[in-house]
Amino acid sequence: MSALRLISDSLKSNRPKGAGSRPLVLCLGLGMALVVACQKKPGEGASEASPERAEVSKTGAGQAVHSGQAATAGAGAGAEAAAAEKPASDSAAAALGAPEGGDVILLGEVGSLTGAQATFGISTRNGIELAIRDINEKGGVRGKKLAVRVYDNQGKPEESANAMTRLIAQDKVVLILGEVASTNSLAMAPKAQASQVPMISPSSTNPKVTEVGDYIFRVCFIDPFQGFVMAKFARDHLKATSAAILKDQKSDYSIGLTEVFTEQFTKLGGKVVSTEAYAQGDTDFRAQLTAIRRTKPDVLYIPGYYTDVGLIARQAKQLGVKSVLLGSDGWESAKLFELGGTAIEGSYLSNHYAMNDPSPAAKAFREKYKAAYGATPDSLAALGYDAAMVAADALARAKDLSGPSVRDAIAATKDFPGVAGRISLNDKRNAVKPAVVLKVGNGTLEYVTTIQPDA
Amino acid sequence: MSREWIKGPLPVLVVLPILSVLTYATTDMPFFIYLASITGVNVILAVSLNIVNGITGQFSIGHAGFMAVGAYAAGYFSRALAGVQLVFLPEVVSDQVIFLVAVVFGGMLAALFGFLVGLPSLRLRGDYLAIVTLGFGEIIRVFLQNTEALGRALGLRGIPQRSSLLAVWMAAFLTILVARRIVSSSHGRSLLAIREDEVAAEAMGVDTTGYKVRAFVVSSFFAGVAGALFAHFVPIINPSSFTFVKSMEIVVMIVAGGLGSTTGAVLTAIILTLLPEQLRTVLTSGAEGTDLAQRVDQLRMPIYGATLVALMLLRPQGLFGTRELWDLWPRSQPKASDP
Repeated sequence: MSALRLISDSLKSNRPKGAGSRPLVLCLGLGMALVVACQKKPGEGASEASPERAEVSKTGAGQAVHSGQAATAGAGAGAEAAAAEKPASDSAAAALGAPEGGDVILLGEVGSLTGAQATFGISTRNGIELAIRDINEKGGVRGKKLAVRVYDNQGKPEESANAMTRLIAQDKVVLILGEVASTNSLAMAPKAQASQVPMISPSSTNPKVTEVGDYIFRVCFIDPFQGFVMAKFARDHLKATSAAILKDQKSDYSIGLTEVFTEQFTKLGGKVVSTEAYAQGDTDFRAQLTAIRRTKPDVLYIPGYYTDVGLIARQAKQLGVKSVLLGSDGWESAKLFELGGTAIEGSYLSNHYAMNDPSPAAKAFREKYKAAYGATPDSLAALGYDAAMVAADALARAKDLSGPSVRDAIAATKDFPGVAGRISLNDKRNAVKPAVVLKVGNGTLEYVTTIQPDA
Repeated sequence: MSREWIKGPLPVLVVLPILSVLTYATTDMPFFIYLASITGVNVILAVSLNIVNGITGQFSIGHAGFMAVGAYAAGYFSRALAGVQLVFLPEVVSDQVIFLVAVVFGGMLAALFGFLVGLPSLRLRGDYLAIVTLGFGEIIRVFLQNTEALGRALGLRGIPQRSSLLAVWMAAFLTILVARRIVSSSHGRSLLAIREDEVAAEAMGVDTTGYKVRAFVVSSFFAGVAGALFAHFVPIINPSSFTFVKSMEIVVMIVAGGLGSTTGAVLTAIILTLLPEQLRTVLTSGAEGTDLAQRVDQLRMPIYGATLVALMLLRPQGLFGTRELWDLWPRSQPKASDP
């Protein structure tokens, strides 16, 4: 019994009656600091509103105190504080909005500037930034300058939805560019669709993205198209008559590419002699490769990611598979050369854009990009650039700047000369555009040819 | 005597109309609703984790796993019934009923997982629980990532967006209420006894494993509810939203607020959720040119981290220590706090 008393005593001594006022003061202070912090806006209207709003949050907490509803105090004060900052940010948007209405058209961008996919997000942002600079140097659109508001989503879908809501509801952007990863684009698309703000994804290749609705576009081709490209390349350029496929049965991407490749290769008069499967993360592919070796195919198509492909290439070489390896944009990584070594050399892969594409538009883009950022642009930067260019082109052609008009203008994009190929948008809002085929050399990817889609 | 019965449901009766009015008043502010919803979900997560980590003194770091269970279970349930309408109800009401059932279902399934995970591991003491919960969180994530029916890495899409400010904050309020009432019940006294000294508590006849498992189940239930609500206002749920990092975020919230303090958990959950967003507003509005604003946006997370470090250096016991806001007002009837 004494132990229990001890425990209860220790509990009591933990919570002295009068000492609770300090946390309360701290809580109010922090709440007010937060409210005041978001008042720090350029513009005169905000400073008037500030004391009033601080008052609101104080009384909000005060009322809860008097009603004795201790538990509501926390929640109530929180809600009040959150409520208080809404008008604050609104006034900020309005303050910024005034000049924008005059001579600036504001676009939105959501990208992964931090987090695991930061390299994708930063490349894309650089591409977009460069495009906006180019457009503004040429006098902008409709006599107005373009500006882009970029929000970071840390590579997370819920942050993407958050940033999207913010761009639409607060910044009132006319159009949104983003995202790279299909998952993030899928989180953003329903918001764009619901509020009728057109969205252009630079490089989400999953077919489901634009299926969300008629306000969602993309300036890249969709996954299965690469299957078509490789089948055509194998038949027309490599003169292959038989092909084997090693697909990753755990990825939609790989399965989609396999289907289209099989269909197209057969249609062009070739023969798919065997189709084997592996699962992402496997390390031993000898059983599948032995089965493939027996059928002696001219080419071996591996639509997968570079992590698996490197190992597959090595093991294929060990087993004496003589077929030429073909792949897709999942191969593109500096790690491919490390993992595949000499075994991967002489293989071909399809991609959006070649770093050494000899066309004049691509060359000019590379030079500008290098001057601005000191690096060679990757395909994400090129697609970001194209997305912004398509957007500017559509804004110039649109009847007015309302969502539906801009949407119609984007949908009417035909034969737009992008740095990563000519872009036409089809009725599914996907870009119909050529893909490039690259040859894997010693640590480099060499441009081989450009494959056009069927008209 | 006649006024005694009202004390139970009174807080709910007070809060419900307030939240309803707030929800009604903010219908055309989508960004505010989104932000408030995210904040509400984080409040539920922090308060529920505090039941295990703060009040019972066990260290669980797999809370995002339970949230994932709730999110996927409720999301899948809602999606499967997306076109269904209960015949005797109008569409809006029927949707809300299904939503409510989905949320409870998500919570129940998470609670079941909490029971299954907790039963063996809560017999152990100290760091073992941390390791087991960490493992559980990762298993759930890997399972989700590899299940065809749940959309694998791409995530679960097409969940009807039926959540509202009212639903989220009502759930948050109920979580706070439950956490508070647990502490002042005889159960809560046992939980606190376990936190203070497990051996002494056991010596006094407290069934330590039983109480720990119960606390764990309650905590998992609310994590599941939080996940279920989350699934109904984020257009896509994806395994990468429920990583170890998410679990740690919640742990950070309750540690910064003061382990064991529900008030602290609520307040830091609100602050830490809104801080990055507010920094975005402050930082971008300070810069005139959009170019600079873009650069500055990336500074948010380092500033957020620095704030936490500063807080921990200045107040190692957290904002509130183990105190509560409601300690300020002595209860009118001392009888009520007695078991």
